[in-house]
Parts: sequence; C-alpha cells; structure tokens
Amino acid sequence: MTAYDIAFAALGVVATGAALLAVTTRHLVHSALWLVVTLGAVAGCFLVLGAEFVALVQLLVYVGAIVVLVLFALMLTRAPIGPSSEHTTSLAHRGLAALVGAGTATLLLAVLLPLAGGPVDRREVASGQLARDLFGTWVWPFELLSVLLLGALVAAFAVSRAVRPDTGSAGGTP
Amino acid sequence: MIHLAGPYVLAALLVGIGLFGVLARRNAVLVLVGVELMLSGGTVLLVSAGTAGQDHWTGGSILTLFVITIAAAEVCLALAVILAAFRLRGRIDVTEGSR
Repeated sequence: MTAYDIAFAALGVVATGAALLAVTTRHLVHSALWLVVTLGAVAGCFLVLGAEFVALVQLLVYVGAIVVLVLFALMLTRAPIGPSSEHTTSLAHRGLAALVGAGTATLLLAVLLPLAGGPVDRREVASGQLARDLFGTWVWPFELLSVLLLGALVAAFAVSRAVRPDTGSAGGTP
Repeated sequence: MIHLAGPYVLAALLVGIGLFGVLARRNAVLVLVGVELMLSGGTVLLVSAGTAGQDHWTGGSILTLFVITIAAAEVCLALAVILAAFRLRGRIDVTEGSR
C-alpha cells in the first residue's frame, strides 16, 4: 500500500460516488454537474497513474467542452430547474437496469481482477515522448481523427438544418 | 509502485454505473451522460494499461486521447440529433415510440 494507492483510492471513491449521483439524481442540471465531478476525479486518477498530458486533455475537452455542450442541450430542450418527475422510470424498470449494470460490473471485475497481480512500477509518460509518438507512429490515425471531427461538425450542422417542423421530413436545399 | 487493482475496480464500476444510466433514464440527454461514464471507464483501463505493461509507442496515452476525441465528435452529433428531435416532437423521451 503506497501513497499512490491511497491517492488513487480516494479519487476513485469520489469518482464512483459522483457517477452514482449523476445517474440517479432527479435534478436534470445536477446530473451534468455531477458528471463534471466524476470526470475531474478521473483526471486526477490519470495524474496518479502518471499520464499528466492525458489528465489535462481530459479536463480541457471533457469538462470544458463536452459537459458545457450537455448543459447547452439541457437548457435548449427546456430542462426544468429543480427536481422533475416528468422523466422518471418505474421502480421495476430501474431495478432491472440496476441488475444489468451490477451484473456487467461484476463480470468485468471477475475478468480484470485476476489480471492485476502485484504492484507494478509506475512510469511517467513524458510529454515529449508522447508528442514524438503521436506525430510519428500515430500520425495517420491522428489525421483520420481530424477528418472524423470535421465530418461530425458538418453532419451536426446538416442535421440541425435539414429537419423542418412544418413538413416533418428531411429535405430542403442547404 | 502502484497496484493495478484500483484502476480495474474503478473502470468496472464506471462502466456498470454508466450502463445503469443508459438503461434507467428516459431523457435523451441523460442517456448521453451514461454513455460518457462508460467511455471514461474505458479510458481509465487504457491509461492503467499504459502505466503498467510494455507500452510501445506510448499507446495507452495516445489511444486515450483518440477515445476522448471520438467522444467529443459523438456528443456533438448526438446533441444535434436530440435538438432536431426536440424541435420536431417537443419532447426528448427515448421510450416514447414504445408506448
């Protein structure tokens, strides 16, 4: 049990608790805000594991961009402030979902925990090495991802323009 | 020195909780929150694999960056679809078609 283990356990407890609150809370906006806590704690876990650049990207992209997008969508779809019972599912539905979720987690634990073994040396991922590999070995997947992002942006723009409420069908020249 | 049991437990729990969120929520935006939790479980596993083993070409960290990028593209597109559906039908209840 080293200091890294203790730090990781503390951050993991925060991440798990906030994730549980994010999927169970009745306040729609609070759900997105608990997601911020979860992703921030996961970024801290990355720091403990020695991947500092990934931790910073997680903070910038996930917490900075994705959660803000989710909050935007909640506001644009007129999410009520305060607890809302409009979208609650039945108790049986939630029980079944909890059963499936717990079963999946147990299955993953049963597969992963035997692989853990003893303590391993923690290796810091140097940012220089990461940059050399990203723009050397991984440069083609990287460029493909830029095209994917561009495609997603254009498709999002097309989707939000093409649907006309009066006709109810996709159409119209852009 | 660090034990790998911690990252593995966290990844399994995040995926399980995310799956619960996907299945138990009816608001489409909150389903997306569950998907994000499952993806972050996967990234925890990737980073811990990069820390532990023989990590050629820094694959653990770089694949995590790729997953984060794909998650951003996915959220961008999913929110466009959700907003279009909201404008069309006035609701974003994902169980609506089944009743």
